[in-house]
Amino acid sequence: MSSLAKLTHAEAAEQFIADEPRTDWHDDTLWFVREKRDKAVNSIPEWEQLRQWASDIKYHGLSNMHQLLVDFEKNAIANCIEVHWAVDAKEHNELIYKIIQDNQIERIVKSKSMLTEECHLNEFLTEKGVEVVDTDLGERIVQFRKEAPSHIVLPAIHLKKQDVSETFHEHLGTEKGNNDPQYLTEAARGHLRDKFIASELAITGVNFAIAETGGFVVCTNEGNADMGAHAAKIHIACMGFEKIIPKAEHLAVFLRLLARSATGQPITTYSSHFSKPRAGQQMHLVIVDNGRSRQLGREEFRNSLKCIRCAACFNTCPVYRRSGGHSYHTAVAGPIGSILNPNLDMQANKDLPFASTLCGSCSNVCPVKINIHEQLYLWRQTITKEGLAPKTKTIAMWGMSEVLAHPAIYRLAGKMGRWVVKYLPFLTNNAMNPWFKQREMPQAPKESFRDWYLNNKQK
Amino acid sequence: MKIGLFIPCYIDQFYPGVGVASLELLEKLGCEVSFPLNQTCCGQPMANSGFEAMSKGCDKNFVKNFKGFDYIVAPSGSCVLHIKEHLHDEEDPRAAEQIRACVYELTEFLVDVLKVGSLQASFPFKVGLHTSCHGQRGLHLASMSELVAPAFSKPGTLLNMVKGIEVSRPKRVDECCGFGGTFCVFEEAVSVKMGKDRIGEHQDNEVEYITGVDTSCLMHLEGILRRQGSKIKTIHIAEILNSRL
Repeated sequence: MSSLAKLTHAEAAEQFIADEPRTDWHDDTLWFVREKRDKAVNSIPEWEQLRQWASDIKYHGLSNMHQLLVDFEKNAIANCIEVHWAVDAKEHNELIYKIIQDNQIERIVKSKSMLTEECHLNEFLTEKGVEVVDTDLGERIVQFRKEAPSHIVLPAIHLKKQDVSETFHEHLGTEKGNNDPQYLTEAARGHLRDKFIASELAITGVNFAIAETGGFVVCTNEGNADMGAHAAKIHIACMGFEKIIPKAEHLAVFLRLLARSATGQPITTYSSHFSKPRAGQQMHLVIVDNGRSRQLGREEFRNSLKCIRCAACFNTCPVYRRSGGHSYHTAVAGPIGSILNPNLDMQANKDLPFASTLCGSCSNVCPVKINIHEQLYLWRQTITKEGLAPKTKTIAMWGMSEVLAHPAIYRLAGKMGRWVVKYLPFLTNNAMNPWFKQREMPQAPKESFRDWYLNNKQK
Repeated sequence: MKIGLFIPCYIDQFYPGVGVASLELLEKLGCEVSFPLNQTCCGQPMANSGFEAMSKGCDKNFVKNFKGFDYIVAPSGSCVLHIKEHLHDEEDPRAAEQIRACVYELTEFLVDVLKVGSLQASFPFKVGLHTSCHGQRGLHLASMSELVAPAFSKPGTLLNMVKGIEVSRPKRVDECCGFGGTFCVFEEAVSVKMGKDRIGEHQDNEVEYITGVDTSCLMHLEGILRRQGSKIKTIHIAEILNSRL
């Protein structure tokens, strides 16, 4: 992760693709998930209507964010949930650390929360000498390996069972070379059970926070959020403020969309509704901004906050499948990450909106109808306007635009170009030309279409 | 019905046969077609690279050349989509608006405007149909595998009118080929890998040709095929629809 962090998406992707069989395996594995999704959504005749409803409900939420948050806080407090507000990642991490310190906690488990990844909570707590055990199986695997998740739903999807076997051999003492998934899962299960039983504090994410009830819903397939929250005496749930939905009945739309879009399941195995702490338990909810209100203020990019983190756009993206999650050097990779991350740090993530062919498949699978590919185009414009495009690219584009804006110059340049390709091929067929690296140049015809037209049609 | 033929810059310079086939096909179908002589480019290369502001010169030139036609037709889904979504001219906003409304990709024009029911074309080969993204997802030339909606394909409908042709589709019916404009050089590794994977699926179908509505996708695939020494050739759909083999 640390070495990749310095590379652009294109550079990291090139390294990823250097192992072509592994790239094919990664591509096929994620395409399989996309196919499962297709099968699941085609069993719902009203699928497109559901997507529209979800999009509209989220838009209503974004438009009435202030009131929904006020209502939510009031109702949550009435349910005896302690509500905390964090303006950024730092405040989020410090708030959680304070709860840990105040209660003299030593043993912590955490289920999947992309927000805590975004805020780098694990690194923050590790520096303070606090150990957090990730309990999602995929997250535990990458945590052992000191890697970041490469996918928001399938965090260890970049790894094969052989890799997992080696990791477990090193960290859990499993038999060397035993790649049996059943055996490895049993080992992880035993290991995590001990952690759950011993834990004093459980951190979870939030999939949906319901304004009218002050409760929240956490979806997992492994039941690890529940196991953590029910065993520990303190539960901290962390959410970006955009997780809010107005009413409980709206879950009827979102829960049907989420798992079908994510993995092709009709519903997540566990959709757990938390409304209030059990007797003797503390329940905290940390509501985080971390750039979200800035994004809400950007009209062109506002809709990106509708995201319910299903990762359907990852699985369908032909670029993601062939470059791997780590090439996006951010907590949330894939197409959605490429429109969220420039808001968090435009300079550091200026390459991401260009890591796309703008094919539009992402927007079509999105269960809340975010116009992802259009926002990628718009981020490209914003990044260029901010002066963040590479100088050489700017000069090349300026030259090209001048040629193409003037018909006579264009025709001359075209003629010269064709002549060069034909008679001086070494000028284009060389290592300086990225096209030529793995592709032949187009063959130069003897005349342009315009020349043909003048010779044949205008006589 | 006055039709302006828009031949995108790279087709003009490197694939004149696609322009010839498009023109001949439209004329065969009884259209009165002219080719404005000072046209260049739609401006998409700059705009998709984040330099929309630099495409103003192209926009102005496009409006100057194509103002006043009843229809503008081009053998490229991608360039047509760019014009439809992004053509602006501060000095002549109404002309730009009118152009955006009457610009058509060739197969879309044949199916939706001319309502072609039969063609005098023959192409006795095994052809793989590549579905180009901008035409499909942008202009809705074909149904999209992601959506729960009835299946259709305008290019497919037209190919079915060609005598002797055997059309096949790749396993992943509408995955992107990886061209992506300047993506093809700035993300060279991913671009080529995507292209190789598309070609692989057409190879599995034992095609002799790969066709599509966008020469840009085909140029990219052709570059890889020739480097591989493959026998598979690329051909624009206009050349098939205009063929009399």
